[in-house]
Amino acid sequence: MNHPQAAAAFLKDQARASWHDETLWYVRDKRDAASKRLPEWEDLRTLASDIKEHTLSQLDYYLEKFEEKAFENGIQVYWAKDAAEHNQIVLQILQSKECKALVKSKSILTEECHLNPFLEKNGIAVVDSDLGERIVQFLNQPPSHIVLPAIHLKKKEIAELFHEKLGTEKGNEDPKYLTDAARIHLREKFLSAKVAITGVNFGIAETGEFVVCTNEGNADMGVHLADVHIACMGIEKIIPRRKDLGVFLRLLARSATGQSITTYSSHFRSPRKGKEIHLILVDNGRTAQLSRSNYRSSLKCIRCGACMNTCPIYRRSGGFSYGSTVPGPIGSILSPGLDVKKYSTLPFASTLCGSCTDVCPVKINIHEQLYAWRQEITQAQGWSGKELSIKLAKGIFTSPLAYRVSGKILRAALKSLPHSLIYHPLNAWGKGRDLPQPPASTFSEWYQKNRL
Amino acid sequence: MPPHVGLFIPCYMDQFYPQVALASLELLEKLGCKVSYPIGQTCCGQPLANAGYERDTLTLAKHFVTLFKEVDYIVAPTGSCVLHVKSHFPELKGMEAELEKTQAKIYELTEFLTDILQLTSIKGKFPHKVGFHASCHGLRGLRLSSSSELQEPTFHKAKLLLDQLEGLEWVPLSRPDECCGFGGTFAVSEEALSICMGKDRILDHERNGTEILTGVDMSCLMHLQGIGSRSGSKLRYLHLAEILNQALS
Repeated sequence: MNHPQAAAAFLKDQARASWHDETLWYVRDKRDAASKRLPEWEDLRTLASDIKEHTLSQLDYYLEKFEEKAFENGIQVYWAKDAAEHNQIVLQILQSKECKALVKSKSILTEECHLNPFLEKNGIAVVDSDLGERIVQFLNQPPSHIVLPAIHLKKKEIAELFHEKLGTEKGNEDPKYLTDAARIHLREKFLSAKVAITGVNFGIAETGEFVVCTNEGNADMGVHLADVHIACMGIEKIIPRRKDLGVFLRLLARSATGQSITTYSSHFRSPRKGKEIHLILVDNGRTAQLSRSNYRSSLKCIRCGACMNTCPIYRRSGGFSYGSTVPGPIGSILSPGLDVKKYSTLPFASTLCGSCTDVCPVKINIHEQLYAWRQEITQAQGWSGKELSIKLAKGIFTSPLAYRVSGKILRAALKSLPHSLIYHPLNAWGKGRDLPQPPASTFSEWYQKNRL
Repeated sequence: MPPHVGLFIPCYMDQFYPQVALASLELLEKLGCKVSYPIGQTCCGQPLANAGYERDTLTLAKHFVTLFKEVDYIVAPTGSCVLHVKSHFPELKGMEAELEKTQAKIYELTEFLTDILQLTSIKGKFPHKVGFHASCHGLRGLRLSSSSELQEPTFHKAKLLLDQLEGLEWVPLSRPDECCGFGGTFAVSEEALSICMGKDRILDHERNGTEILTGVDMSCLMHLQGIGSRSGSKLRYLHLAEILNQALS
């Protein structure tokens, strides 16, 4: 994937890009208002960051403790080292239950593992029950945002889609009407599913319970109607104690959407009589990331999406431009850890403005990690073209004399060359920008003439 | 004894905006500093480092540290180069102490005026509607003002200075600290995004009545001016040093 190309394509429709920017800025605004209502906001961020740092420093201990407690509670626990193992475990559970159709609530981890296509290939129908996820599923698209999966779509497009898929009235764009139609459609799916899959927001080592945060209640609806609940959890989702949870619940929804808390924060501890809970702990590159000292703190992420909403790049290039399950700034530091070659342009899809770092509820120094990835990527990739032009610049800048001479030539060229040559289509600076008027002399020339 | 200030001028400013360098020099002199401009200055290495080539900036960094060895303070009319010196100079084996001293005594111009010279009553006039572009590296790197993401007391070093000028009207913006899209090599590697971000910044200033757009980083202003000039925008661009220097004369 190539971010600059994808971004340029997104920006071709300027009105739409501008709408996308405004829409996400509105969410960022709501986040600002919500965070500013809490005088202790910065303390909460520090606390959350410290809890996560501590947990990551003893991740093996907390994971084993969590497994032990969960087991005591009657939960069946599995370990998956990668996406393939995770998918296989899910399939085995489904096959043992002779399950052919299931409902799933929003889980970025299952997106990361590409569970849906895998299950469909094995003859199992998956219905995403989160409204936004269902919409993108109808379109055969991945989510474009981890919290707002269909944020790239306009009301009108959803109305057209629902007319085609759910038989709603043509041209009726009323959000309540469309939501009601989706609700009726999903209700049937909930009632017929024997197995429900959810993600996990927090796993609590002390009690062996896990917490799922949603706004639509779809996770609860799915789980309570099904006989079997499969929960898929990244190993970094662990927190030590139940009393730590409040810190994160207060930060999560405020950072994500500006709500003070998600509508549902559901705790799952033990299966009801005759029911089953299966919990899969997934590594899929997380241990490798933990071992990279520059990037380990990226595992503190609680997937609130605030860095996407604040990112001036994400807002104007859309989630798909990143070509990875987790887009935006956090995705740009996580994805190269999974495949550095494939995602090599992502750490450069940033001006290093630092807004992501300031907005992050768990204080991940995202923009500094982007900078660090850049250093590694140039070394690993050997980008010859870039290397060459940079070498040229280095040659100019390291020698004061060469730097002055080249500057002089450049300034002379700007004065005498025809406009068409300076603003050559290959000159990326000049395509949409004029160059400054070249002055008669440089400051250093002036200084030496007048002051020395 | 007046403080001995070594003036550092970013390479693109030396080439394209000598008037801003001169304004910085005159301003510091008017304020009673002894200013010298060490000859032989080169690029600080930021474009290389931000493009992923920090390892290639060793010679530049050593040269910089040596060149400014004698002065009490290094002052530069740029936030981003100062941040680079402070945060991204590579490890200089055998010169650790000198590097540390350099990083401790370098200041961006406005923070030098507010924190070291502690200017509180500048006598000067500037009767214009001024919009301020908060360059990201100055804002979130050097913390020249509070950032909209954080819960912190509001402060703004440049505004502290500009508010002292008679007749100056500060233009409030819809997005007071959104990036302009310059970003060094980003400006060419992500050209389409860079232009779009710049246009959006200009629009915010135009809608809110900015007459003169100022800032502490000429690189961002060069990018914005380039886009504005191409699209026929009427905004004028001045570095903060130029405004203060004009107002004080």
